[in-house]
Amino acid sequence: MTQIEEVGLEKFKHLVSERALTGETMLLNMGPQHPSTHGVLRLLLELDGEIVVNCIPDIGYLHTGIEKNMEAKTYQKAEVMTDRLDYMNTMGNNLAYVMAVEKLVDLDVPVRAQGLRVILTELQRIASHLVWLGTSGLDLAAMSMFLYCFREREQILDIFELVSGQRMMTTYFRPGGVWRDVPVEFEKAVRDFIKIFPKRIDEYEALLTKNPLFLDRMLGLGILDSATALSYGVTGPTLRASGVDWDLRKVRPYCGYEQYDFNVPVLTEGDTYARYLVRIQELRESLKIVEQALNKLPLGPVRSDNRKFVPPPRSEIGVSMESLIHHFKLWTEGFPAPKASIYSAVESPRGELALMLEGDGGPKPLRVHLRTPSFDNLGVLPQIVKGHLVADLVAILASIDIVLGDIDR
Amino acid sequence: MGVEQKLGNMGVVTTTLEGVVNWSRTNAMWPMLFGLACCAIEMMSAQSSSYDMSRFGMELMRASPRQSDLMIVAGRVSKKMGPVLRRLYDQMPEPKWVIAMGDCASCGGVFNNYAIYQGVDEIVPVDVYVAGCPPRPEALIHGVMTIHEKVKGESFKQYAEKYK
Amino acid sequence: MDKKLEPIVKAAQEKFSATYEEFRDEVHLFVKPEQIIEALVLMRDEHNFELLSALTATDYWPQETPRFHVIYQLTSLAKNLSVQIRVPINGSSPKVPTATGVFGSANWRERELLDMFGIEVEGHPDPRRILMPEETEGHPLRKDFPLGYEEPQFTFNFDDIDLRKLYAKE
Repeated sequence: MTQIEEVGLEKFKHLVSERALTGETMLLNMGPQHPSTHGVLRLLLELDGEIVVNCIPDIGYLHTGIEKNMEAKTYQKAEVMTDRLDYMNTMGNNLAYVMAVEKLVDLDVPVRAQGLRVILTELQRIASHLVWLGTSGLDLAAMSMFLYCFREREQILDIFELVSGQRMMTTYFRPGGVWRDVPVEFEKAVRDFIKIFPKRIDEYEALLTKNPLFLDRMLGLGILDSATALSYGVTGPTLRASGVDWDLRKVRPYCGYEQYDFNVPVLTEGDTYARYLVRIQELRESLKIVEQALNKLPLGPVRSDNRKFVPPPRSEIGVSMESLIHHFKLWTEGFPAPKASIYSAVESPRGELALMLEGDGGPKPLRVHLRTPSFDNLGVLPQIVKGHLVADLVAILASIDIVLGDIDR
Repeated sequence: MGVEQKLGNMGVVTTTLEGVVNWSRTNAMWPMLFGLACCAIEMMSAQSSSYDMSRFGMELMRASPRQSDLMIVAGRVSKKMGPVLRRLYDQMPEPKWVIAMGDCASCGGVFNNYAIYQGVDEIVPVDVYVAGCPPRPEALIHGVMTIHEKVKGESFKQYAEKYK
Repeated sequence: MDKKLEPIVKAAQEKFSATYEEFRDEVHLFVKPEQIIEALVLMRDEHNFELLSALTATDYWPQETPRFHVIYQLTSLAKNLSVQIRVPINGSSPKVPTATGVFGSANWRERELLDMFGIEVEGHPDPRRILMPEETEGHPLRKDFPLGYEEPQFTFNFDDIDLRKLYAKE
């Protein structure tokens, strides 16, 4: 194992101001182990007293080689990697991946499976926003937010455990549908959640939205205008808080999002508080989608019956030779995908999560590129923290909602 | 608490010094606030309202390695993070313990590739491995209880030999 | 192909003698490395492609000419369109000009290109590795870079591996 090298100023000469070279400003290291960097992010700060002059993010402390590892696996087996990519949004990552595979091999999905996908990804969006709300509350010294948010999150994780057997890394969506149908208790569990959750959002808002201490820490900080946001590839709630109405669920509907009635919250202030408000409103909108999708959820199969890509159910294998062959072929060899490249995007809680998937005619992908939203959202941080206090940097960093697994891949 | 029954007429408890030291170490063990990846979220769940690790005297997460006794390596350790992890471990005061939480920290998990250390035991000595991807909060709490058992069984002689 | 995309593809064909491919309603334009900045500026300013969604590459090793395709995925919010521009480059001294002047997000994405594929980005303001440690040799996402598989330890080979595994000391 290599030791940590002492980093001299020479390496960062072109990134800091001239005052740093004369020793007038100070360089300070924040992270990789720091309670409010939300993971293992390292920020090299150039400080003039308490004011941030320059901020140089250093990422890669969680680089996992997911892209390369996915290229070494068959299309079915590569899916487990996507769970661990953005670990707050596991269902959403699965959805992005299975949609990319389905687009590449041209596979249809039954309506019930699509409904289930919508319900579960929206619940995951709520869970992800709850973790964000809890941890950013923690960063701003609102400790009780964390406890309340995690209480509701547990309820969502219980639903995931009910349907898939795992709390976080579910791998529940599969190319061509979902793993298996949901158990009968599913509907009651979701209805219970829909019933209590609006009151809980009111509780969160009562604690934070008009709280003068909270407003002091949030208002007018880290203003991001829409032109900068677009140039830096910022997407998701962070972009919508800067006044750009762009939500892939609305503009390029997938999984039948066009049937559901929901609003896309857009604010124009572009500051930390606007980003907070957008996410709080998204909680309510997501809940609306869950309720509608649950009401509309039809009965029927949950997996495509295209046996070239989807393994047959267990009951068929005992009676049909053909099914046995398909099952054997799919799990030993995998299915081939055409020699072509597709780009398929979904709206994750953090923005545009997309896969560029390129097949080479065989059962393994030639290239998997994960276009992860946090990567670009963090890229804009140096632009918006200049001139703010170090304490405000924590609030701004919390408000762009980064997940390091999503950035470093 | 049971101590009252043992007190007797004179209000005196007799025990070994080792027993007292180990008892106090177990009941005020401060873990380091150090999350790497997915398991960190489950570690947070274990701290939060539903699981509440403070029942075992473990609620006080310290952000500084110099104030903590227990390192919970929650997540995968990349090649870039390895040296940093070792430095954090070196900064912790003795005695110190390490829990490798989750499959990635224990053995590399699903990531058998160029970027990830195949087990954090290549970097720091590990006392307890917790399996699962990620482990449930109950599993982490079980790991913590296991480390409590281990600490209760330690003797001064072992320490003396360790730091000779 | 989307009706709205046709004039854009036509304009690119005339201006850069670009070829295009189509697969499942997605359009891939192929341009030469020296024209890419001009093409990006044209797309951004005249056709409203204001978002650079992704910038990455694909390695076609062992094929050498072209070995890499550098991929620019552009999104137009105003017209709700997507187009992909691909730049084929050769394996010997791969090079593309920097797009940081056109899109801010190109900065980190090009550093990733440099780190992961070893594709040199000419004129980049901050050419350091972004994800891997500075002292790493090689470029992980190249196809000739090994995945780095380590033998898993099971019951039958437990002692074997235990003997040669380097455990950390206190």
